[in-house]
Amino acid sequence: MSNIKISVKNLYKIFGDNPSEMIEHLEAGYTKESLLKEFGHVLGLRKINMDILQSDTQVIMGLSGSGKSTLVRHFNRLITPTTGDIIIDDENIIKKTDLEIRNMRRHKISMVFQNFALFPHRTVSQNIAYGLITQGLEQGKINSKIDKWIDKVGLNGFEDHYPSQLSGGMQQRVGLARALATDGEIILMDEPFSALDPLIREEMQEVLLKLQKDIQKTIIFITHDLDEALKLGDSIAILNNGEIVQKGSPQNIILRPINNYVAKFTKNINRSRVIQVSSIMDDDLKVNGPTIDGNMLIENALEVLSEKGSLTGIVTHNSKPIGSVNLYKLIKVINQPALIK
Amino acid sequence: MDNLYTFPSMDPQALRDLKKSIDSSFLEFSRSYGEAIEIFFEPLLLTLVWLEKLLIESPWPITILVLTGLAWITSRSWLATLFSATAFLIIGYLGMWPDTMATLAIISVATLLCIVFGIPVGIWISHSQRAKFVITPILDVMQTIPSFVYLIPVVMLLGIGKVPGLIAVGIYATPPIIRLTNLGIESVSNDVLEAADAMGASRLQKLLDVQLPLALPSIFAGVNQTIMMSLSMVVIASMIGVKGLGLPVLRAISNQYLALGLMNGLAIVALAIIFDRIAQLYGKRLQSYKETIQNE
Ligand SMILES: Nc1ncnc2c1ncn2[C@@H]1O[C@H](COP(=O)(O)OP(=O)(O)OP(=O)(O)O)[C@@H](O)[C@H]1O
Ligand SMILES: [Mg+2]
Repeated sequence: MSNIKISVKNLYKIFGDNPSEMIEHLEAGYTKESLLKEFGHVLGLRKINMDILQSDTQVIMGLSGSGKSTLVRHFNRLITPTTGDIIIDDENIIKKTDLEIRNMRRHKISMVFQNFALFPHRTVSQNIAYGLITQGLEQGKINSKIDKWIDKVGLNGFEDHYPSQLSGGMQQRVGLARALATDGEIILMDEPFSALDPLIREEMQEVLLKLQKDIQKTIIFITHDLDEALKLGDSIAILNNGEIVQKGSPQNIILRPINNYVAKFTKNINRSRVIQVSSIMDDDLKVNGPTIDGNMLIENALEVLSEKGSLTGIVTHNSKPIGSVNLYKLIKVINQPALIK
Repeated sequence: MDNLYTFPSMDPQALRDLKKSIDSSFLEFSRSYGEAIEIFFEPLLLTLVWLEKLLIESPWPITILVLTGLAWITSRSWLATLFSATAFLIIGYLGMWPDTMATLAIISVATLLCIVFGIPVGIWISHSQRAKFVITPILDVMQTIPSFVYLIPVVMLLGIGKVPGLIAVGIYATPPIIRLTNLGIESVSNDVLEAADAMGASRLQKLLDVQLPLALPSIFAGVNQTIMMSLSMVVIASMIGVKGLGLPVLRAISNQYLALGLMNGLAIVALAIIFDRIAQLYGKRLQSYKETIQNE
């Protein structure tokens, strides 16, 4: 399972006239702010290192301007880094020629955009077909793929509509189908659902989750909504001023934010609904009480304990005991820890 | 003190020599290349002559039928079609049929020339900053120089006749289509281009599948302007031997024939209105994808 699909190594991106000369200033300790002030260059990304696993959904979070879009556009080389490497399936995509990059975009990596970026002059079907046309597929195959994806994303009946005739949610279904139709292994999603109403957003998250169950793509998903990140992400990386400040499992980020910037992201969530029992259990196996599955959320575990009238419970994994929890601990975890001073 | 009141101009003799040398060298040029240039434009002349003959010599009911049919196909508007038919009938009844057809022929060929030349140049300057830097001022000059002035070298090169007339009209009417093609391509939103890039479109695919289709309404506005500008050149072009509605207007000016001038002038206006309406309706149809469906 833990195949590394994408590996980012020492990636820097600086915007300006002499970007490569700025690297040494950064090494010498300049920050995004001081680099802009003294040298007039904008720091986009700084020393990014990360591995993304095959078939995982890697979420990237961060405040506006933290470099999320800049980072994600490196994976399909819409942006070329100042220095650094990106290895996808043992190939360094920074070294690829223009033609190789075009082929990679046609066959391997596709992208979904925040503002949908549909072709306004093409119908729904024609939008979905575009990636297949650049692949050079024959019309018969294109048609059968269009039908398949129209069906999968629930756009039946809208085939001949133009994007302007669709609601935002419907438009992003087209964006999703357009990206998935090419059968690439990697999907880049730059805040794909941010422009949608909360209800539609949840609906789209469900669509994506359901699809991902059978397509098993490697997804890089950008969002600034932690609920969305928790729902979709296998792993989360948090960017600030072009740097990764913390990365890891969603549980880890919530339970152990490395600094206030990260803690602020996690502040407003309902912790009892996202933290799993296994991530906060004790090792002590010598307790009595009902069994609780390790993947159970705190909220549900509390219910089990109170139903049985027990202060403690045994945490299991595949029905084997692996630890224990007690009521006091569960309640303590629900309470927001004080921000780091 | 004297120098402040009379401009210290060039020595008159030197100035005369300068002008003379420019004239003679251009004359030299036209003597040695005039024929080659004429041969180069031969196909243009043949097209024009063929079209003119076709329009004038075909039985008029058929011509009207074909023209109004074209109006219907492009505009899909009964009103515009009816207007065109009526206008042509009145024009014919008032004895201006052959002149109107001759003008129609030269306008059509001139517009075609402008499109064939203007759209590629418009595309080119959208893709090359350097080309844009060079060509934009040339367009400015083409549009502002009084048309009589550039008639002179054209006439020196090619004499008087249809082709020089066509070229004069072409020079005057090409800039809008170049500019509007460029504008149309440049105003295609970056998001959409980025999406095409992300799907691995090549430069040519981006141009053909995204930029040109989205620029089409703007290009079409350019074609419309080009037609209007060539119509407005009809009278001037008739000074260098182009047949059509311009000629009677010219005659009317020198002889003070009010009715003659007015009628032919109005026929030009009628043509302009027909072209303009039809072009605009067609342009609107090109953008039908922008309309949202009501009641949904
Ligand atoms: N082409 C560019 N030229 C100069 N600076 C740029 C360019 N693109 C991005 N930047 C800068 O890089 C930084 C990161 O921008 P980026 O768009 O990646 O942020 P983001 O995290 O996606 O923000 P948002 O949430 O608003 O989309 C910003 O400071 C931005 O101003
Ligand atoms: Mg962004």
